[in-house]
Amino acid sequence: MSNEQTPKQTQADLEQQMVDLAEVEDAKLQAQGESLSQSQMVRKRFFAHKPAVISLIALTLMTVVSFSSIGYGIIPGWWDKTFTATGPVIDGGRPTMFQDGQILGEHPFGQTQMGQDYFAQVMYGMQQSLIIAFVVGIVSTLIGVVIGALAGFFRGWVESLLMRLTDIVIVVPLLVLAAILGQMTQGNVWLLAIALGCVTWTGLARLVRAEILSLREKEYVAAAVSMGASPVRIILKHMLPNSVGVIIVNATFSIAAAILLESTLSWVGMGVQLPEVSLGSLVDYYDGASQTRPWLFWFPGLFIIAIALSVNFIGDGLRDAYDPRQKRVGDRRPGLLQSLGLRGLNRAQKERAETDSVPGQPGQATHMVSAAEPKSNPLRFRRKK
Amino acid sequence: MITSILNAEIDYDELLEDAEAQEFEFTWEPLIILGIAVALVIAYLVASRFIRAKKDLRTSVFELQRAEFDTDKALEFRDVRVSFATEFGSVDAVKGVSFDVGPGEVVAVVGESGSGKSVTSSTAMGLTAENASISGDVFLDGKNVTSMAPGTLRSLRGDEISMVFQEPMTALNPVLKVSDQLTEVLQIHGKAFGTDALAKSIELLRAVGIPDAENRIHEYPHQFSGGQRQRIVIALAVANNPKVIIADEPTTALDVTVQAEILDLLRRLKDESNTAVLLITHNMGVVADMADRVVVMFQGEVVEQGPVKKILREPEHPYTRRLLDAMPELRSETSQEEQREILQKAKSEQESLSAQESEYALQGKDLALAYKFRGKSNRVVEGVNFGVKPGEILGLVGESGSGKSTIAKAVLGLLEVEEGELLIRGKNLPTLPRAEKKALRREIGVVFQDPAASLDPRFPIGDVITEPMLVHKVGTAKERIARAKELLDAVKLPKDVINRYPHELSGGQRQRISIARALSLSPSILIADEPTSALDVSVQARVLEMFAELQEQFEFACLFVTHDLAVVDQLADQIMVLEKGRVVEYGRKDQILRAPQEDYTKRLLAAAPVPDPVAQKQRRDARRELLAAQGLATD
Repeated sequence: MSNEQTPKQTQADLEQQMVDLAEVEDAKLQAQGESLSQSQMVRKRFFAHKPAVISLIALTLMTVVSFSSIGYGIIPGWWDKTFTATGPVIDGGRPTMFQDGQILGEHPFGQTQMGQDYFAQVMYGMQQSLIIAFVVGIVSTLIGVVIGALAGFFRGWVESLLMRLTDIVIVVPLLVLAAILGQMTQGNVWLLAIALGCVTWTGLARLVRAEILSLREKEYVAAAVSMGASPVRIILKHMLPNSVGVIIVNATFSIAAAILLESTLSWVGMGVQLPEVSLGSLVDYYDGASQTRPWLFWFPGLFIIAIALSVNFIGDGLRDAYDPRQKRVGDRRPGLLQSLGLRGLNRAQKERAETDSVPGQPGQATHMVSAAEPKSNPLRFRRKK
Repeated sequence: MITSILNAEIDYDELLEDAEAQEFEFTWEPLIILGIAVALVIAYLVASRFIRAKKDLRTSVFELQRAEFDTDKALEFRDVRVSFATEFGSVDAVKGVSFDVGPGEVVAVVGESGSGKSVTSSTAMGLTAENASISGDVFLDGKNVTSMAPGTLRSLRGDEISMVFQEPMTALNPVLKVSDQLTEVLQIHGKAFGTDALAKSIELLRAVGIPDAENRIHEYPHQFSGGQRQRIVIALAVANNPKVIIADEPTTALDVTVQAEILDLLRRLKDESNTAVLLITHNMGVVADMADRVVVMFQGEVVEQGPVKKILREPEHPYTRRLLDAMPELRSETSQEEQREILQKAKSEQESLSAQESEYALQGKDLALAYKFRGKSNRVVEGVNFGVKPGEILGLVGESGSGKSTIAKAVLGLLEVEEGELLIRGKNLPTLPRAEKKALRREIGVVFQDPAASLDPRFPIGDVITEPMLVHKVGTAKERIARAKELLDAVKLPKDVINRYPHELSGGQRQRISIARALSLSPSILIADEPTSALDVSVQARVLEMFAELQEQFEFACLFVTHDLAVVDQLADQIMVLEKGRVVEYGRKDQILRAPQEDYTKRLLAAAPVPDPVAQKQRRDARRELLAAQGLATD
């Protein structure tokens, strides 16, 4: 980012006296308050992105509830039923949530035909799905970053070898590869997650490689090379931190994709297998019951959508926060209405407000120059030498 | 029935036999239809090509008509204010600017970055960024542009008002032929269509001085040189005989000799068509060459305006005065006698030099450098010899593509030496083992051109400066910080900058940080690759001053790469002039700048504009004569 974007709260009086640009700049530097690092600015921008923050809260809530309710492993939770224990089927297994004046009731999500508590089952499935999602995200990101960075930095035969390897993984249909590896894991969730991670790194590897290739041309990398820094130092200290935006954003999107991939695999019966359950396999078991006992189908389905959506929104927020080229202001700033595709509504409100106010005041447009052709402005991409 | 089917065993053999018994008949029908389709397409392509070749282009003559004006002011800005809404609140870029441009007049808007000169001009075409809000009025020949509907504005753009951009490569669409782009301008505004438009475009290209226009018009932008591209952009701008042309830094991206040509072209077209030209530039030499009147802007306000002679010779406002003082001066006019004297001195010096075998900090012997692309190597530098003594500055001068930066890259170890020797303090760099090479890196510091890209945006300034020490494991963390503070003092920046990040600094400040980083290991050699070409004049003056001071203090040998002869005049001891990878002239500064022997050096010197309208006019005529004497076309 260039200095043009830094806040210029300069005092008019001071400016009158100073007529040397260099002096003005130095004075500005003195006058500036706290300095923000890039990561601090990213954090600030991310928290200004409402849908992302709401999604982050929702995802945290879902994670906390799913792990705390029935516990994980030997750690007990606050819910008194387990996902395997059967009991008497009450009222045809209908959900007791918000019935007869109670909030949760005995079986908030209902019961299966065998009388298992469905809330416990969905929570357990959610645990498994979240574990898979995050492990896949971490594994695929690690592999992708390492392969992409090596290929991009060293070029030559290293690049051709690694990128051809990537091509081979890409040309085999993802679902086939995942299904074969999924079968081999015997339904173990952790192994399955690692296996899925090993087939979904390709996209990130290509992106990281492209990013590293463009960073190689930067002068600060050339400066590091000429001062004698080792390749390891250049990659770890200069290149990866500067491509962290691409990496983090794609990691979040790969998490969302992993949830859907696991659900797909489980749904075709190649992923998580009984007695383990995941959200996908629950949908698979009970898709026949969508007419007779719809709650058995809807609850896990809704949670899949909720998790995937919130992870996607978080990824959106991160992308906006990391991409300083998208200087979004006014009604283009990401907000709730914008994310839901209702930018026009927001703009109409603003315009109405604007016509009420007195035109011609500084800081207020008397006409919309840009709204008519927001994308056709050639000056936006001009390079200043 | 159902059960019998279910119970019946499937006889696979029988099924197979059934299948084999079925004959698949080969049918011609689909192939025939496909064939007809292909034949039609080919026939169309051949026929269209044939027709196009046969058809004689009607020689429609393009003439620059004189622009007609309804009022006596072609363009008028009246109290224009622009502010931008940013993340950090609104920023006032232009604070009440008023001036006008008359028909056939060239008004130059001068200012440094952040002065609002480009923003002001973009309001005239309604091209301000989307987060801008504008107040005030801009009149184009009496019509108020700021209150115009988008449709009307569009019909105005390229017709009554047009623009010449800074970067010719990005101003032209690389995937469209030049012919398409030129006819587009004519067709959009209904001036000419079809072959008529093409014929007009060819005439247009001829008018801007592109040779062999009727064939070259069918080429793509990348097939033209930088100067020719800018000529095409100018052709686009004048195609519809506009009333006003806005030229936004039209020569900043070009070499000096090309710059002179482009300015000549603009002047000729303006004189022929009586168009008003709004010239935006930071180069006072260009102003002196082109402008009738000058508007000086600073921080969004007009500080001074008036006729060019008055502003450049007797500036009133202190800012204008400082701006003119900051321009590095090139003194190249010399009398015959002086030249003879200089030459004699140079000769005697050379004799004494060859007598004593001196110690060079950096020496190149028959250096040949090449870029490798897909196994093929492409020589860009050939047979270059030079030597820099400790405490000396060698200026590498040349136009783009001359190989001056390539030499700097080779010294930095960013490029393999293909042939010849590159001696750093007597040791040949290419043949050294890896460990010694790394040790030698301590002796070389570097300052790059682009202040935006030369510092890692994720490193605080302190880390940037101490990085070379960290790489070479010099000192403890505390000592390194102390050294960083010392260096910040040397480049006159406050010590608390240590915790700030590059994006908070301006271009000039970042370049000073680059210099501090380069000096952190007290190197004996410093490579400066166009360190000031991206900076504003006053900032450049500051950085150059500091550079000279530091050079005196640290006594490093320096390889200073630049395209600006005036900068070299201020700093260098020796100068090497390069053209297309070969040395044209090499010697002491006085000899090269004051008594040049080679034609190319003379041309280079003649093309550099000076910030004085009268002197510049003389130089322009002198350049014409020189080109004529060397048998070269003058446009």
